[in-house]
Amino acid sequence: MPDVRVAGTGITEFGSAPERTGRDLFAEASADALDDAGVDRADVESVFYGNFMGELAEHQGHQGPLMAEAAGVDAPGTRFEAACCSGGAAVRNAVKDIRNGETDVILVGGAERMTNLGTAGATEALAIAADDLWEVRAGVTFPGAYALMEQAYFEEYGGSREDLAHVAVKNHENALPNDRAQFQKEITVEDVLGAPMVSDPIGMYDACPISDGAAAVLLVSDEYAAENDVEAPVAITGTGQGGDRMALHDRDHLARTPAADAAAEEAYADAGVGPDDVDVAEVHDCFTIAEVLALESLGLYDVGEGMAAAREGETTADGDVPVNLSGGLKAKGHPVGATGVSQVAEIAELLRGDHFNSEYVADATLGVTHNAGGTVATALVHVLEVVE
Amino acid sequence: MSDETRDAGFDEFFEALADGEGYYLECENGHGSLPPRSVCPECGVREFTEEPLPVAGEVETFTVTRVAMPDFEADEPYVTAVADFGPIRLTGQVRGVDHDEVAVGMVVEAVAEERETTGDPLLVFRPR
Repeated sequence: MPDVRVAGTGITEFGSAPERTGRDLFAEASADALDDAGVDRADVESVFYGNFMGELAEHQGHQGPLMAEAAGVDAPGTRFEAACCSGGAAVRNAVKDIRNGETDVILVGGAERMTNLGTAGATEALAIAADDLWEVRAGVTFPGAYALMEQAYFEEYGGSREDLAHVAVKNHENALPNDRAQFQKEITVEDVLGAPMVSDPIGMYDACPISDGAAAVLLVSDEYAAENDVEAPVAITGTGQGGDRMALHDRDHLARTPAADAAAEEAYADAGVGPDDVDVAEVHDCFTIAEVLALESLGLYDVGEGMAAAREGETTADGDVPVNLSGGLKAKGHPVGATGVSQVAEIAELLRGDHFNSEYVADATLGVTHNAGGTVATALVHVLEVVE
Repeated sequence: MSDETRDAGFDEFFEALADGEGYYLECENGHGSLPPRSVCPECGVREFTEEPLPVAGEVETFTVTRVAMPDFEADEPYVTAVADFGPIRLTGQVRGVDHDEVAVGMVVEAVAEERETTGDPLLVFRPR
C-alpha cells in the first residue's frame, strides 16, 4: 500500500475579506501548495475540495470543477461537505484514494467565504449543521449547541468558565507570530470572562470568529515523491472518521463526543500508534469547551480530566503536548471548509520544522489533527509522522 | 421552510402536541425516536407505534441564547434546553420561568407554542 506524503502546503490569510470569492481564496492557497511542493500542475490527477456553505454565501453549487479551474488544474474536482469538517473529509478521501493505488497526486483543499453574510447571516448558515426540524426550529444556534454541551460537561465533570478562558488565552498567545491569523492579539483571562455573553456559558471570547479563507495541501504517493525527487518528509499515516446521531439530544452523552473517540481510535490503529506517541496536536476549538472535548476524545486526557489542561500549562507552547500552536480556530480563524485542511498543513509544517512555532516542537515526530462537524455528529482525525 | 408545503411527520407531531396528545415513535424493539421515521436508527426495524409522550421531562442541560438567528430575533434572549422524557429527549425553549431560575433537574412539560418572531410552531417547555 502506498504511503501518503504531504508534498506541499498553502494557507491564505484567515480573516475578514468579504469581497473575496471562494474561487479567489482557493486559487491562492492551491497555488501556494503547488509552489511549495515544486510539483508540475499537469501531474495533479484529482482535486478534492471541502466547503460547507457555498450555496448560502455565494449562490454556488457544483464547486468541484470550479475549484479545479481556479487552481489551474486540468483534472476532475469533487466537493466534500461535512459541515465544519468538510476539509477533513476531503483529506481522508484523498488519503484512501492514494493508498488504493488509483491516484498518485491529489490537490486537497477547502475554502469558505462567510463574512459577506454578516454576523446574523453567518449564524444562520452555521446553524444548518444541526438538525433543522428538531434543533434549528427550536432556536438552537451553533454557539447555543456547544453551550448545551458545556453546561452538561460542568454538571457531569465540573470545571469553570475560568478554566476554559485559559484555552482562549493560550490559543491567542500561540497566534502572535502567525501572520496569516485573524487575531494577532494577546488576551487575558479577565478579557474572556468580561466579554459579552453569546449563549451562556459561552461568551464572545470563548468562540472562534467568522472567517474567510482557504487552505490546500498537495498529497502524493511515496513512489511519486521518490521518482520525481519531491521532498516530502511527512506522511499521513493514520486516518479515522466517526459518526453520531445528528441531534445532540439523541446522543448517548451530552458532555462527550463519541464520534471523535471513534475517529481517534481508528486513526491511531491505522498508524499503529497511541495517544502516548503524540508530540503535538491541532484540534477543533470552535469554542473553548470543544478543545477540552477534543483532548479527551484523542485520549490525551481521560474523560472529565481535560478541563484544566491549558490552565495547568500542559497544552501551552512549552507544555508536554502543545495544542493548537497555530492559534487554533479561536485565534487563527475558522473558514469552515478550509479548517480541516489547514490543520493538516500546520502539523506538516510543524513536523518539517519550517512553521513559525516549530521551535516549540523541535524534536517532534508525530502530530494529530482533530476536525469536527456540527456538534460532532462527524469527526475526522489524522495522524502525521516524519518518515524521512 | 415553505408556508405551503408540509413536513410530513413533523407537522403532525406538532398538531398532536397542540391538542395535548403529544407522542413519540416506538419501534417493535422498544426504541424511542422522533418522526418522521421509516427505519429505527438503533436497530433498523421498520414497524413503529405512536406512544403517548410522557407528561414530565427533566432538564438535562440549558443555555441562555443572547445572539439569535434572524428568524428568532424577537425571541432573544431565550432559554434553550434539552429535556429527558424517558424514551426520548427533546430540545425546546423554556418559557414561564425567569431565565436565572432555570436549572438542571427542573421538571417540565412539552407544549406546542409559537415563535415570537415568525409565528412558526415552537416546541416549548413549561415548568410543571
